[in-house]
Amino acid sequence: MPKRTDIETILLIGSGPIVIGQACEFDYSGTQACRVLMEEGYRVVLANSNPATIMTDPEFADRTYLEPLDPDVLAAIIDRERPDAVLPTLGGQTALNLAMALVERGVVGEGGVPLIGASAEAIATAEDREKFKEAMVGIGLQLPSSGFAYTLAEAMDTVASVGLPAIIRPSYILGGGGTGIAATHEEFRVLAAEGLATSPISEILIEQSIAGWKEYELEVMRDTADNCVVVCSIENLDPMGVHTGDSITVAPAQTLSDVEYQTMRDDAFRVIRRVGVETGGSNIQFAVNPTDGRQVVIEMNPRVSRSSALASKATGFPIAKIAARLAVGYTLDEIPNDITAKTPACFEPTIDYVVTKVPRWAFEKFPGVSDRLGTRMQSVGEVMAIGRTFPESLQKALRSLEQGRLGLGCDPAEAELAALDDDEIVRAAATATPQRIFHLAEALRRGLGQSRLAAATGVDPWFLDQISIIVEERAHLAGLGIDGVDRRTWRRAKRLGFSDGQLAYLLGCTEGDVRAARLAAGVAATFKTVDTCAAEFEAHTPYLYSTYEDDDEVPASDGKKIVILGSGPNRIGQGIEFDYCCVHASFALADAGYETIMVNCNPETVSTDYDTSDRLYFEPLTLEDVQNVLDAEQPDGIIVSLGGQTPLKLAAALPEGLVLGTSPASIDVAEDRQRWNELCDRLGLRQPAGDTATTVERAIEIAEDVGYPVLVRPSYVLGGRAMEIVYNAADLSRAMKELAHFGAGETAGSLGREGGLSAERPVLVDRFLEDAIEVDVDAVRDATGEVFIGGVMEHVEEAGVHSGDSACAIPPPTLGHATIELLEEQTGALAAALDVRGLLNVQFAVRRDPGGHDEVFVIEANPRASRTVPFVAKATGVPLAKLAARIMVGATLAELRTEGLLRPKATGHVSVKEAVLPFGRFPESDTLLGPEMRSTGEVMGIDTTFGLAFAKTQISAANPLPRSGSVFLSLADRDKPAGLRAARRFAEMGFDLVATSGTADYLIDHGLGVATVVAKLGEDTGSDAVELISGGKVDLVVNTPRGRGPRADGAHIRRAANLANVPCLTTVAAATAAAGGMDEWFNSPLRVRSLQEYHHQSQLTMEL
Amino acid sequence: MSGDLREAALVLADGTVFEGEAIGPPAATVGGEVVFNTAMTGYQEIITDPSYAGQIITFTYPHIGNYGVNGVDNEASRPFCRGVIVRDLARRHSSWRSSGDLATFMRASGIPGIAGVDTRRLTRHLRDSGAMPGAFGTADHTTLKQAAVDAESTDGCDLTAEVTCAEPYHRPAAADVESPFHVVAYDFGIKSTILRHLSKLARVEVVPASTSAADVLDRDPDGVFLSNGPGDPAAVTHAHQAIAGLIGRVPVFGICLGHQLLATALGTSTYKLPFGHHGGNHPVRRIETGGVEITSQNHNYAVADDVPTGVEITHVNLNDGVVEGIRSTEARAFSVQYHPEAGPGPHDAAYLFALFADLMTEGV
Ligand SMILES: Nc1ncnc2c1ncn2[C@@H]1O[C@H](COP(=O)(O)OP(=O)(O)O)[C@@H](O)[C@H]1O
Ligand SMILES: Nc1ncnc2c1ncn2[C@@H]1O[C@H](COP(=O)(O)OP(=O)(O)O)[C@@H](O)[C@H]1O
Ligand SMILES: [Mg+2]
Ligand SMILES: [Mg+2]
Repeated sequence: MPKRTDIETILLIGSGPIVIGQACEFDYSGTQACRVLMEEGYRVVLANSNPATIMTDPEFADRTYLEPLDPDVLAAIIDRERPDAVLPTLGGQTALNLAMALVERGVVGEGGVPLIGASAEAIATAEDREKFKEAMVGIGLQLPSSGFAYTLAEAMDTVASVGLPAIIRPSYILGGGGTGIAATHEEFRVLAAEGLATSPISEILIEQSIAGWKEYELEVMRDTADNCVVVCSIENLDPMGVHTGDSITVAPAQTLSDVEYQTMRDDAFRVIRRVGVETGGSNIQFAVNPTDGRQVVIEMNPRVSRSSALASKATGFPIAKIAARLAVGYTLDEIPNDITAKTPACFEPTIDYVVTKVPRWAFEKFPGVSDRLGTRMQSVGEVMAIGRTFPESLQKALRSLEQGRLGLGCDPAEAELAALDDDEIVRAAATATPQRIFHLAEALRRGLGQSRLAAATGVDPWFLDQISIIVEERAHLAGLGIDGVDRRTWRRAKRLGFSDGQLAYLLGCTEGDVRAARLAAGVAATFKTVDTCAAEFEAHTPYLYSTYEDDDEVPASDGKKIVILGSGPNRIGQGIEFDYCCVHASFALADAGYETIMVNCNPETVSTDYDTSDRLYFEPLTLEDVQNVLDAEQPDGIIVSLGGQTPLKLAAALPEGLVLGTSPASIDVAEDRQRWNELCDRLGLRQPAGDTATTVERAIEIAEDVGYPVLVRPSYVLGGRAMEIVYNAADLSRAMKELAHFGAGETAGSLGREGGLSAERPVLVDRFLEDAIEVDVDAVRDATGEVFIGGVMEHVEEAGVHSGDSACAIPPPTLGHATIELLEEQTGALAAALDVRGLLNVQFAVRRDPGGHDEVFVIEANPRASRTVPFVAKATGVPLAKLAARIMVGATLAELRTEGLLRPKATGHVSVKEAVLPFGRFPESDTLLGPEMRSTGEVMGIDTTFGLAFAKTQISAANPLPRSGSVFLSLADRDKPAGLRAARRFAEMGFDLVATSGTADYLIDHGLGVATVVAKLGEDTGSDAVELISGGKVDLVVNTPRGRGPRADGAHIRRAANLANVPCLTTVAAATAAAGGMDEWFNSPLRVRSLQEYHHQSQLTMEL
Repeated sequence: MSGDLREAALVLADGTVFEGEAIGPPAATVGGEVVFNTAMTGYQEIITDPSYAGQIITFTYPHIGNYGVNGVDNEASRPFCRGVIVRDLARRHSSWRSSGDLATFMRASGIPGIAGVDTRRLTRHLRDSGAMPGAFGTADHTTLKQAAVDAESTDGCDLTAEVTCAEPYHRPAAADVESPFHVVAYDFGIKSTILRHLSKLARVEVVPASTSAADVLDRDPDGVFLSNGPGDPAAVTHAHQAIAGLIGRVPVFGICLGHQLLATALGTSTYKLPFGHHGGNHPVRRIETGGVEITSQNHNYAVADDVPTGVEITHVNLNDGVVEGIRSTEARAFSVQYHPEAGPGPHDAAYLFALFADLMTEGV
């Protein structure tokens, strides 16, 4: 059937901010969908609150609404745009749940705008666990025995019949939210209550636990003609009981015979048909009993998912793109397979390599949180690696993680395991944690037996044997000197995925020696193509991976080639923003006639779509792997400054002259404390006073010199890692000791693995600027010296809250003209001094003295893309990353202005960016914001005033401000004057005030009524804070502790708010912004506008 | 790791050399036509499929042997292929279904192999140059090259005699089939999975490839089945005659070689594809419904599309337009090029066995 002509406008719902369980994969799928639908001539209206996405670039839709993903807002957009159809299956669980909320209101579905992709009934059948079970039983499929509950009492009854251990699985969730396996009735009660609270329909499935069974996923597509295909099968190395998102997974399935696989395939088709997903992709999960092969259905996601992104990258079959085409009526056989160009998409990809995905976690950011993995997803990102065999792909994946590992052990970091005795190692391997794979390897290395490990861990013996092969090769190599390694041995080692770094470690030489010796022996990387068909047909898309085989498939070309190094796995501090920048560079350079070559290893991203660049190398971003690509491609230039710290780290080691943009020498000036200080002095820029120390004594000396409070932090870390604000000498010595002991003993964290304290890695001790306004400036400079200021962003939270965790606004809401000019001037001076070619981000702290006079301090400058580049671009309509890319290859701003790429900044509106924090996933963590960044994503709000734009961001960040009820205030002394103003506003809006005794006294003294006075910890008069919050008596918490560090007071209040899901603000600045925003929000009509309108003033005024 | 590796090589008739290690029973030189199969599962079924007689099978999926071998997945009592080429042979297998490992199975059944080969390079080479003779083993390259040149291609070869049964035998209908049909099945190299499917609707008498039409008709069947098998369909002339004597008199269903033989008997010609179809992911359109089925395929020859009047093309391959199925209503015969029985592969086309039953019902 050809495409539908009865629809003209399609509303696509995005997935909102990056959160745990929902990351860049939906930017990838949404971008593909937008592209396809535009190509097909539809008018595309997109709603998504995440500014860091490619899909929200104004070119990707006719109307882009960077508005909250909230039913009211969506209804307003629908009202304004009158779409003919809503496509909810490409925006993750968020879009699906939102669509269901709109169906409930009658806005969408029957009687409203029709859904395409999946009907409301299909969504309900898949997502409502009770309906799903009924449907599965109806078609004769097996499931673990189970029952349902809607209240805690029912849950207790149900578990009595299901038995323990049991798993609690809420309906309509994502990333295993609210799930958990209970072994005892006590555990069960807690988990069941959490599960009921997590499910939007308060429904939980209580199911017999089959932890330890093998877990599989099939990615299935279906079209309106009922053609069904399996795109990819995935086998989890970690057995059932560890969320797929937290499991090491492998494609294709490795240990299923054809008979078993085909049964699973038949069942998958029966599931998709029964659930009624008419078009598009679905993900169906199965568990298999390893002892008798019994297969049970675990769940089906009636939409494109994280696994579909993985499956697309793993096979070259673009699921989202095809799902979008199917949604508008095409059938699979009408869609061509891009890769072969001559065969249709109606087929099942077959691959001739092995793909391994390894998640990346961020437990070091959440002290006190256990790193045990379970049914709730906790990882923040993932890497994928392709190799011809499983050992090769596993080792490539492990070194792609950028966590200091060179592969599966054989690196300095493995020394840690020596301390564990044999039983401890087996026990460690039996517990799923991020380190499990290393524990398995170590246990096998010690010869503790595959059978023992299989029994203890549930990991399939085939995988264990494959790991043994690596471990045995290692033992063999360790017995040789570099001169004893012949060609066959080099080749065998490289074919097993050993990196040059690992080989150097084993052979006792340098990485350079290894490279030279093996190249001399004729063992060099070869590149093979991902082609969906195992070479049966010729491939037309150069999507390549390295391996060690006979021949190479890199196509010849004579274009001017630019390599763009990507940003690797998502992690806190380096996320989708950097992928956005790399993708923009690729687009801009392609437009300018260059051949673009992307190198990256993150399967979730747009950058690793084979369509984004002329060539894609799916490779780890290590020096060795990048060097291999350079050898194969002989490019004309390399871009290292757009992918965050990952490629920047490689800059110095890359061939001189090839690195485009700001020189590695300038990058070093900005990173090297000494040289940076000299530069600031020379330019007359003020910095917070401070110095570097390697001893406690020296640190105390500095602190006494500059005055407390001081900020201490290790050098060379990102995202404010291990930063602390200290107020006195005692705290300072403790902080110094902790830093010195990172990596040893109790406080050992990842920092230890990153290297301890030394002369090369001193601690920075700086005067902490209290109550300063933090400002970010993004600018671009070209070779002629012209500087373009992209945006000046005033932060809502004061300096001391990491820039990545604070809200910020364009234009600055409180900074005066003169200050802004000064900031721009200083940015220009720095850009010139560093001879920047491309992007520069400068962070400032502005202190306002009582006379209203602003003092400006420079905190740091980064001559590379910053996290805020996409936000600035969305706020102003100026594509900063594209400008930067062009400048790096020699264009000037003047030329780009003439070309039309650089156009005047859009003004007349206020844009606010807000951080999205993952505390809900880590109930034990303190929600206090501080200098260590912990947000996973961001949202943007745009409106005519700061208040309205801010209020929108709070809705988008799933932190919706209450309309009425009570506000609980507990403020540090220094915050009381400012807090009073916010409190007055809350009172005026009709909120009841609740406060801890000191704060209450202050408010009452200043004429405010306090409804409830709460006892401070340790006092026994007054109400109990935790009881009030968990009892649902508080609607908003404002808690600012005295200090901003790991030991800040009031942690119990914040934890209670986190557990009870009550919005909690930890700075007065945020409280003030919230009070203002709420006041305006609840008193003005809801107004939605598209980015295209904001960017084109005339259109905006026309439609206002 | 290094242990007792036996270095080996594969040399193609055009002189291209691939290095690897010997697996399975010792073999200095093993020659045959080198083909590739892109299925990711089902190596045991593939190795034991008699249609591979005379051929050396290259598996494009790198890990082979992961789930071992078992007593039920064999497609014939023994393998007829000449050898096996893999990138990696599993050292340890894992499956509750398995009764042994692939390496031992290969040794026991005398099928040598070579591992460690850059099978992707080999596949691309075969794709570009066409299936070609080759030889592998522990002999030196010159010897292997000569063996490769000497190895005959399947062109013009009737290989059915090598694989067919010596005497007719019975396969009873499955216990739960009420009033089963009686089917005579020609064994040109019949796969067990086909017999399993047929036995779900009929009691089957399997007869040798050389059986005459008269002999078959004497058995008074409700339908005749023409099996898959190896080699060049044009060379199996005795079957052309036999089938010509059957069509119109009794319903006929053919698969793979059986399809090519039926087509020939109906007046169509066959030709050799450059490198054949060998895999489990080929999309085939069923013209009648427009629906697409994903199919298991294993053939080097195909039926030309200039079918005579009275014969219609029922199925086509979406990748390359190759004729995948034909039917003659008048002759009450139909056949498909691919493998609806799977073993290994998807089950999408299993309905064809029901169509055979329907045809036999009409015939009553
Ligand atoms: N009955 C069960 N016993 C043990 N583990 C289970 C069971 N059901 C699900 N799980 C585990 O819980 C994880 C999350 O469950 P799932 O329903 O897939 O959540 P989500 O919808 O968020 O992906 C699964 O990946 C699996 O490892
Ligand atoms: N001297 C200072 N006074 C107050 N706050 C500071 C000072 N230096 C840094 N900060 C705060 O710490 C945060 C992180 O510091 P920064 O140097 O940007 O670290 P990173 O480079 O790791 O992101 C900043 O966003 C700012 O809020
Ligand atoms: Mg799941
Ligand atoms: Mg789900």
